[in-house]
Amino acid sequence: MGKTLSQKIWNNHLVRSGDGLPDLLYIDLHLIHEVTSPQAFDGLRLNGRKVRRPDLTVATEDHNVPTENIDQPIADEISLKQIETLRNNTKEFGITNFPMGDPHQGIVHVIGPELGLTQPGMTVVCGDSHTSTHGAFGALAFGIGTSEVEHVLATQTLPQPVQETMSITINGELPEGSTAKDVVLAILNEVGTGGGIGAIAEFRGAVVENLSMEGRMTLCNMSIEFGAKAGLIAPDEVTFEYLRGLENCPEGEGWDEAVAYWKTLFTDKDATFDREVVLDGSTITPQVTWGTNPGQVIPVSGSIPNPQDYADPAEREAAERALEYMGLQAGSEMKSISVDTVFIGSCTNSRIEDLRSAAEVAEGRNVANGVRTLVVPGSRVVKEQAEAEGLHKIFIESGFDWREPGCSMCLAMNPDKLTVGERCASTSNRNFEGRQGRGGRTHLVSPRVAVATAIAGHFATPEDLS
Amino acid sequence: MKPVVVIEGTAVPLDRSDVDTDQIIPSDWLKRVERTGFEKGLFSEWRDNKDFVLNNADYSGANILLAGPNFGTGSSREHAVWAIQQAGFDAVISPRFGPIFKNNSTKNGLVPVEIESSVAEELMQQVQRDPNLYFVIDIAKRSLEVTQLGITIDFPLESSIQDRFLKGLDDIAITLEHTNAIETFEKHRNSWLQRQ
Repeated sequence: MGKTLSQKIWNNHLVRSGDGLPDLLYIDLHLIHEVTSPQAFDGLRLNGRKVRRPDLTVATEDHNVPTENIDQPIADEISLKQIETLRNNTKEFGITNFPMGDPHQGIVHVIGPELGLTQPGMTVVCGDSHTSTHGAFGALAFGIGTSEVEHVLATQTLPQPVQETMSITINGELPEGSTAKDVVLAILNEVGTGGGIGAIAEFRGAVVENLSMEGRMTLCNMSIEFGAKAGLIAPDEVTFEYLRGLENCPEGEGWDEAVAYWKTLFTDKDATFDREVVLDGSTITPQVTWGTNPGQVIPVSGSIPNPQDYADPAEREAAERALEYMGLQAGSEMKSISVDTVFIGSCTNSRIEDLRSAAEVAEGRNVANGVRTLVVPGSRVVKEQAEAEGLHKIFIESGFDWREPGCSMCLAMNPDKLTVGERCASTSNRNFEGRQGRGGRTHLVSPRVAVATAIAGHFATPEDLS
Repeated sequence: MKPVVVIEGTAVPLDRSDVDTDQIIPSDWLKRVERTGFEKGLFSEWRDNKDFVLNNADYSGANILLAGPNFGTGSSREHAVWAIQQAGFDAVISPRFGPIFKNNSTKNGLVPVEIESSVAEELMQQVQRDPNLYFVIDIAKRSLEVTQLGITIDFPLESSIQDRFLKGLDDIAITLEHTNAIETFEKHRNSWLQRQ
């Protein structure tokens, strides 16, 4: 019987298998950042262990970094200590780090792909749940905890139990104005936050094939939000064109050899999946979350659901709690709800294409009075590209705040936070209680919807703007 | 990791679904570089509410967290596991766990006890009624027992993880025994994957 894409990559990385132990997988790329690595390095020191492959390990500073005044020392002393700890650890163990202000610095899941570090067929791990992003290249990429970070540092491998396989097929063609973000929110609406637990998801179908690499990264990025171990997409010409000429990609004969291998990375026709989900792309309009988990999704054109309509008691109670936390009434039209803040950024939607689509909506329009806005590019490379294209001028002229790269308001570890009760349309990936700052109320949307909402002052799509 | 063989004691009923790791330990706590001192961060935003179940003195001695479905979804932060353990919990019972949280638990000796929704719901009601219900979680038998309710059920625990729990084994030490296999694998990696 044929194999799925993820099974092929898995098998190609088996260091050992059997004997009552989980499969031991070799890791091709280990990305690290300041938040989930300090205790792992401490563990190495405590046990007198070395980093096995510093050459396959790359670090950057993203979660804590401020997005303003980055020529000044970080004001938060605890954040500063964490950043300095990463610098000391990477120096001690001989690992490349891209620090704040460096031309290669940025969100770990933005810089891996743009530097060509992430390639098809690889295993990629990082102490960060959104590592699934790298699956867009046909890599098996997943988030790990700090104990596993230590394990990979020490051994360049990870013991992993075999996962189920899941296919998520999105057929047809997206309506104009719908994006990869709307697709993944629609998937979350369909399968819920637990629908992918225990499985590696492969995204397939015409909609996926027609997405750019940026769109595919957005899609794979949120695989963890439905609990999948990883999400991935078979590499194709779009993938190869994106990678050609990137700093860390092979050249000349090495490139040809790599492409020949990459072309073997697809799910065989006679392979079967343990779980299958099929969506009709033509029905996916712009989406928005209304609650406090990313499975609580409605179309922007829809109304807040009534908890009484949920058959499952756990879902009903979750909906009731979510409405209370979010300060919303069942039945309200989404477009009637006004926002205080709009955040464009995060490893989900901070790449150049996201900023282009956002700027296209912003051009010639102004942010509504009283709405706070942040546009935070995913990396310095993205920021410089956007500035070369003049996108920053469009944002600034429209009244958006143009910032320095980092994770920023996605998770409120730097000074960019929501305050109690503040309502935010955000292009990030989690609408959990307090995620963007204590008491903050997050609604996940695409960059196009975020900009339209900033301009209207309430939830809106670009088509709603005059 | 210390061996974990049998866990017994009472439980706190955390009757909510989708308790994500941002709730378990808010991101402010993630700036710390230490591995200890996270107990005060556990559910710190919810604990400000005096009615939150962890503030209820009736459950103050509990060492088992009984949670709703989809416990520990979201972020990979292992700090969530450290906080739960450092606050005095040895096991978490839920019908379904966030995958990274579950994996992190097994690396630290926090036992993730995954049980049927119907049983979990019954336990939730019973523990809300009687804080003194006594739970016995036996790792060797992979079983959860609440004698007062006449409940004995099995829960899944992969045999290699069970073995690590029982013997208190270090995952890295186990893998380092296979260093030869790692070296052999490295000799055959695709040439373009070698970085300078």
